[in-house]
Amino acid sequence: MFGRLTTEAFFHEPSQNGAVAGMVIMGALLLILITWTARWKWLWKEWITTVDPKRIGVMYIVVVLIMFAKGFADALMMRLQQFLSVGDSSGFISASHFQEIFSAHGTTMIFFVGMGVIFGLMNLIIPLQIGARDVAFPFLNALGFWLFASGGLLTLISLAIGKFSTAGWLAYPPLSGIEYSPGVGVDYWIWAVQIAGIGSTIAGINFLVTIMKMRCPGMTYMKMPIFTWSCLCAVVLIILAFPVLTATLVLLTLDRYLDMHFFTSYGDGNPMMYVNLIWAWGHPEVYILILPIFGVFSEIVPTFSEKRLFGYASMVWALIMITILSYLVWLHHFFTMGASPYVNSFFGIMTILIAIPTGVKIFNWLFTKFRGRVHFTSPMLWFFAFVLNFTVAGMTGILLSAPPVDYQVHNSLFLIAHFHGMVIGGVLFGFFAGFTYWFPKFTGFFLDEKLNLYAFWCWFLGFLVAFMPLYMLGFMGATRRLDHYEASTGWHPIFAVVAFGACIILCGALIQFFGLFWSIKIRKRNWDHSGGDPWNARTLEWSIPSPPPIYNFAIIPTVDQRDPLWAIKRGQAPKTEKIYEDIHLPVNTPIGLYIGMFATIFGFAMTWHIFWLAILSLSGIITTAIIRLSLRDKHETISADEVKKMETLQNRNEPL
Amino acid sequence: MSRPLTLHHQDTLEAHPDTRVPDPHQDVFSTTTFGFWVYLMTDCLLFATFFVTFAVFHDRTFGGPSPKDLFDLKTVFIETMVLLFSSVACGLALLSSLKLEKTKVIIWMAVAFLLGASFVAIELKEFTHLVHEGNSWERSAFLSSFFTLVGTHGLHVSVGLLWLMVMMFQVFWMGITALTFRRLSVFSMFWHFLDLIWIFIFTFVYLMGMV
Amino acid sequence: MIKLLKTPVFFMLFVAGLIILFVLAMQPLSVLHFGSDIVMLFPKGSIAVQQRNLLLIIQAAMLFVIIPVYILTFVFSWKYSSQNPKGDYDPDLVDNQLAEVIWWGLPCLMVLGVSLLIWTKTHELDPYKPLASANKPITIQVVALQWKWLFIYPEEKIASVNFIQFPIQTPLHFEITADAPMNSFWIPSLGGQIYAMPKMKTELNLIADEPGDFRGSSANISGEGFSGMHFIARAASEEEYHKWVTSAKESPQALNGETYHTLAAPSKNNQVEVYQLQDDHLFSQILMQDKPKKNE
Repeated sequence: MFGRLTTEAFFHEPSQNGAVAGMVIMGALLLILITWTARWKWLWKEWITTVDPKRIGVMYIVVVLIMFAKGFADALMMRLQQFLSVGDSSGFISASHFQEIFSAHGTTMIFFVGMGVIFGLMNLIIPLQIGARDVAFPFLNALGFWLFASGGLLTLISLAIGKFSTAGWLAYPPLSGIEYSPGVGVDYWIWAVQIAGIGSTIAGINFLVTIMKMRCPGMTYMKMPIFTWSCLCAVVLIILAFPVLTATLVLLTLDRYLDMHFFTSYGDGNPMMYVNLIWAWGHPEVYILILPIFGVFSEIVPTFSEKRLFGYASMVWALIMITILSYLVWLHHFFTMGASPYVNSFFGIMTILIAIPTGVKIFNWLFTKFRGRVHFTSPMLWFFAFVLNFTVAGMTGILLSAPPVDYQVHNSLFLIAHFHGMVIGGVLFGFFAGFTYWFPKFTGFFLDEKLNLYAFWCWFLGFLVAFMPLYMLGFMGATRRLDHYEASTGWHPIFAVVAFGACIILCGALIQFFGLFWSIKIRKRNWDHSGGDPWNARTLEWSIPSPPPIYNFAIIPTVDQRDPLWAIKRGQAPKTEKIYEDIHLPVNTPIGLYIGMFATIFGFAMTWHIFWLAILSLSGIITTAIIRLSLRDKHETISADEVKKMETLQNRNEPL
Repeated sequence: MSRPLTLHHQDTLEAHPDTRVPDPHQDVFSTTTFGFWVYLMTDCLLFATFFVTFAVFHDRTFGGPSPKDLFDLKTVFIETMVLLFSSVACGLALLSSLKLEKTKVIIWMAVAFLLGASFVAIELKEFTHLVHEGNSWERSAFLSSFFTLVGTHGLHVSVGLLWLMVMMFQVFWMGITALTFRRLSVFSMFWHFLDLIWIFIFTFVYLMGMV
Repeated sequence: MIKLLKTPVFFMLFVAGLIILFVLAMQPLSVLHFGSDIVMLFPKGSIAVQQRNLLLIIQAAMLFVIIPVYILTFVFSWKYSSQNPKGDYDPDLVDNQLAEVIWWGLPCLMVLGVSLLIWTKTHELDPYKPLASANKPITIQVVALQWKWLFIYPEEKIASVNFIQFPIQTPLHFEITADAPMNSFWIPSLGGQIYAMPKMKTELNLIADEPGDFRGSSANISGEGFSGMHFIARAASEEEYHKWVTSAKESPQALNGETYHTLAAPSKNNQVEVYQLQDDHLFSQILMQDKPKKNE
């Protein structure tokens, strides 16, 4: 009746019980809070059924913050365990729990923090930057979000019911095959990632069409803001890479559920095929994560240098080069799998080629500051830290791209230090910068800058203390994913240092978390009185009020150069007639949520082999989709008079 | 033809005279069809991954039968013709919809449906036969990749048939409107795409397997 | 100085600079402190030496990019800060041909140089390439099990678990497979690793230049007991090696097809064992075996 789900699934190792209890209690408190403040109707109408990308972007970020808390808690537990578990001591976590933790940590951070960050930013910023009122497919955009949230929910459920995968964030077979991982863990992983991956593909398609088809008049490709360019390249990568992930996960699923032989050594299968396929997705994935962040910095640095971006065309070509090259390097993730020196050196050389356009971008940003007037607001501090950290991490990437060096450091803590430098020093610092920069646009007030600064220094120092020593640990022969080691290795003092570094980062994260609520509390003190352009910026999102009206632009702007807001401020913008028109917007719909819910149930049912429930929920998805297809396209209309009223109410005095 | 343009403009908010610059008032028709093309590219990559997997495993028979022993080109030829004519019927349905001939549209859609369903039936028969002979997907990597590649195509066709059925009802109830025309166009893209994938399967799996 | 420190920008750059210098200083300090525990920087085998040297060369080349980037970051932040009245302000300075030529061109040249290095060194340091030496190579067959390492000496007709011994300055030819999920065979003091995969054979060629006990481990997660999969690789004199082989041949334990199956059952933190090898073709059999999947 319930497949292989028994009451045993609800009992966990002692070290997990606290986390499960905490999660359940926090979830319950949240539900109580919403009920007590009578906000259910508001939540439903304004957020859950929305198809407004501005709202969807905020929802992505909310999910990111929740998943980040979990992923960071995982990291802290790992560091603590590695500090304690040396020699005769076995720490406080069992080996199998530890392996669940690092698998969950990687999966959460890549899929539910990294992807959430970029989709959050894309939803919030892209329509505004291209002068559009909406995205190309508002419903599909919402659906993409709900599938993302569904995958995240499945990983959280796995903490409370059953176990998560112990095979790492990429689940290589044969370890992830049914023979060596017969339990539910890998299945949870497969369905969470598969569902979220499909959501990413849908969102990627939506943003590609949005950028290509919905730019305002006059905005040719070479006049788009660089953030939009970087997102265009990222969604091209998404479209061409995520289907490979979907297919590969299907193959692993078939191996596990239907006794197929793609990756089993029995039956003439080959696990190396999985490694190739998963990294054919996996390498573009890391560029998907970083390219929008490059775009974020390309917006922040010119604004806070009061100067145009240096070398726009160069930057665009660098983005395109990185996009193309990212498909040609995937083998560098497994140089040690025994390929011939011809193959290994080819991919090694392709890998270092990427250093050229990346380096070009760094120089272009630095020279944007050259002869500018640089303001060290916290976004600029994050940029500063990014340059220092990302460059070093990139350099270690070049070291890794030489196969003979990689033969030594592959899968050691040297590798861990490298990629954390890229994702923390790059993606996360960029996200913090972008979050602080665009926060006033969507709320109308600033984050408390002092708390921003404290958080920044904690992160900057904490990151260095927590990750720089890992390079040395790698050189000392320490591999990744170790839950215990002998005292004779001499590694213990360094594990102590990096555990301390993680605590410093924790301070930074806590300051940010409480800082967000504090800033909301004292928002009247930090109100943005500039009418929507507090930073004296150059792109279109700053030309409308903060927070933006639901329709974004009352009158679609026409542009004829880059940095269109600067053009307006200098009086060089093309004159558009101030004629208000009726604005049609798509109506809210709960169907995205319903499909997401059915998807969660489907993933859960498949994991636990409750096949009748799986069939039922799959039918639910299909039925809901058919219902959606049977509805007529409905729009709500804001009449021209209403628009005019809303605009004058906002006291806009900038002609557009 | 002036008729199709009328259909498009029912969707647009405002006819913009200057089409040389990107326009937020783009008609929904072109945005939707373009978006569906992009989706088809992702589906193409999905199939490409399965093709690559088949290519790598096509000779990993684990001591079991090889393609030559298993495939019957006659059946495959019939399947190909059936699917091809289903595509033709779909094309004729679209042409009729341009002329706003609702009955003809539904008839051609029904023909396409029947032919498509026959394709799925023949394929299921082939699969059942293989399984009964002990050559199911559990036997070897070659058979796993065969069933997955061809089965995924068959699954896409089945979903397409469900979509086609829903479309027939919609055309019946709503007639040929901008909305149903747009959906018919998108469906026919899907249907022709599946026919194209079948050509590749026919060539690289069945024909080359017999060599 | 104190006055400058009062300007937030200078203070920030100063503190950041201190932090960077601190991190930099930690490198030589930790090398001094941990010394030969840093096995990759102080390797004991010529393959590992060549791999380390390649690392250092590429690192040095990269410094030609990193150091200017760091200097520019600090200098530009200070000179063009809005609080510094001395910087010139040129808001439309967006292009400079010379600058673009330099930062596209120089990295290209550097990449060209490093590419040549990668090409040649990857071929030279191919794990499959036998090592040139006056001494006859020793073949050791390696089987990654759950969760220990089985070593088979086909010519000496002995086997061991979690321990190997060999003479110094003798080429070691490893043939590696697994009867377990993917593992990675790694002795960092002697050289880089290579994956150990079921039903597949990889090869690794290493040599020890000095005597010592070197730690080896698995570098790819293979299940619950993964962290216990470390072993000792002992390099000693020729006489000591023969003494060890002789004593292993007299071991009461025998390794054949049957005892192998008992050994291959999952176990963690195995002690060192030595065996007489009764089955010469054990490794090939392990390589070719077809195990149907274990039922749940």
